[in-house]
Amino acid sequence: MNDAVYTQLLDLACGAFLLAAVVVLWLRQLASIVRVFALQGVALAAVAALLGTYDRRWEVLAVATGIGVLRAGLLPLLMRRALTALAPAPGHPYEEDVSEARETEPLVNVAASLLSAALLTLLAYAVARPLVELNPTPATRALPVGLAVVLIGFFTLVTRRRALAQVVGFLLLDNGITATAFLAASGVPLIVELGVSFDVLLAVLVLRILTTRMRAAFGGTGLDDMRELSDR
Amino acid sequence: MNAAGAVGPAAVAAQVAAVVAGAPLLAGLMRQVRARLEGRAGPGIAQPWRDLRKLMRKEPITPVGTGPAFRTAPLLLVASTAVVAALMPLASTATPAGVRSDLILVVALLALGTVALALAGLDTGTAFGGMGASREMTVAALVEPTILLAVFALSIPAGSTNLAAIVSGGIHDSARLASPAGLLATAALAVAVLAETGRLPVDNPATHLELTMVHEAMVLEYAGPDLALVELGAHMRLTVLLGLLASLAAPWGIATTASAAAVALGLVLFAVKVALLGAALAAAEVFWAKLRLFRIPELLAGSFLLALLAVTASYFLTGE
Repeated sequence: MNDAVYTQLLDLACGAFLLAAVVVLWLRQLASIVRVFALQGVALAAVAALLGTYDRRWEVLAVATGIGVLRAGLLPLLMRRALTALAPAPGHPYEEDVSEARETEPLVNVAASLLSAALLTLLAYAVARPLVELNPTPATRALPVGLAVVLIGFFTLVTRRRALAQVVGFLLLDNGITATAFLAASGVPLIVELGVSFDVLLAVLVLRILTTRMRAAFGGTGLDDMRELSDR
Repeated sequence: MNAAGAVGPAAVAAQVAAVVAGAPLLAGLMRQVRARLEGRAGPGIAQPWRDLRKLMRKEPITPVGTGPAFRTAPLLLVASTAVVAALMPLASTATPAGVRSDLILVVALLALGTVALALAGLDTGTAFGGMGASREMTVAALVEPTILLAVFALSIPAGSTNLAAIVSGGIHDSARLASPAGLLATAALAVAVLAETGRLPVDNPATHLELTMVHEAMVLEYAGPDLALVELGAHMRLTVLLGLLASLAAPWGIATTASAAAVALGLVLFAVKVALLGAALAAAEVFWAKLRLFRIPELLAGSFLLALLAVTASYFLTGE
């Protein structure tokens, strides 16, 4: 693989990675948000695979495969299951509870959050500038993309009301951290990556159970309604 | 030398003539594609020309109490769009006008037409005119920065805001078009073109329903030859903006030398590209619904963000 093609493909994968984070902010349907998140996992795996192929480090390729399976396959599958568990039982088409399947009213409206995403991206570029200047290779030049996704994930986590949208925000944050590690240092050691991956998987499992329990106890997953601890 | 000197001005004249003559045909083609997909026979692609001829023969009438803004707006709209058609590298980049085809000038000329029409809508003093003008300005205020930013992102690798330079740069180095910046900018520009020309997700060009129309509400009071000019101007804007999109995203075939054969080929390819884009747009519109007016800023903020990401990507990722 020659340098020009490598740079082009890496830029394309990083662009898709950032774009997916932005589209998550843009959409309201939780099912589409989960689908876009899976696409972002594919882009992240592509970034890792490109770096591994270019440096001829085959363990990075193994990590890339793991990332692809976990973030593009397993986590979206778990979230989709949680969504269907939240959906009302079929057979009552007229009693469909639409509010659970959509992020109806985020704390910051969609147009404003898109503009905030623009500002956060610019902030990430400004912050990453000195880091990029240390060693300007194509991979480190894309470093701001990872930081921008971290910031956008944090923003999603803060401004969304539905529990599942917040889980996606948390996973965006984690995707961003992984991408930053890959772009800055060609990935962390395999054992650390494994630990982080299991951590994330466990967090999603726990959150999924928690969401179902919340729904059973309060009849909704809007986190704003839960202001105080109740003792029942 | 003398023959080559004459080809440049001839190319400009040919571009303007092609846009003026072809714009109603493009609108007719889009309506025909839509009609066929909806299972109707359709009036044929020459119908907009027949409509224009009918309107031109009518007696000019202006409502009582309207001033110069109302009377000059149709002429300004058509004239500014014709100037844009002359400036843009639609068929050839080696025209005498190409030197002046600055991005900011082109966007300003397009905005001039929009503002003239909005002033005319206000000038009539009717409720619908004012409402349409206010909506048009809301959309325009969000669209103009998007167009500027999207083309600006494409201009960074070319190192110039001259459209002819950007297009000829794209012809010589086509890897530039497939870069993330190029793709993002093209997507943002496509949304901006839809909004600027009042196509479906933003405005429905076929409706006269009071509560939803934007463009139609402004031109409600026009009749006769003035209406013909307004319609022609709207068709020309669509053609010019689709042409801009085609020249920036797929610049192949645009003449870069001042030879008559290359310019003729460029013109033919321009017509083919715009017709294909228009047909694809019309086919897509069958499956789309109009967005609620309050959701439009969301769509436009999204396309603005895409354009901004394109600028940052082309500035930082390539790391010049």
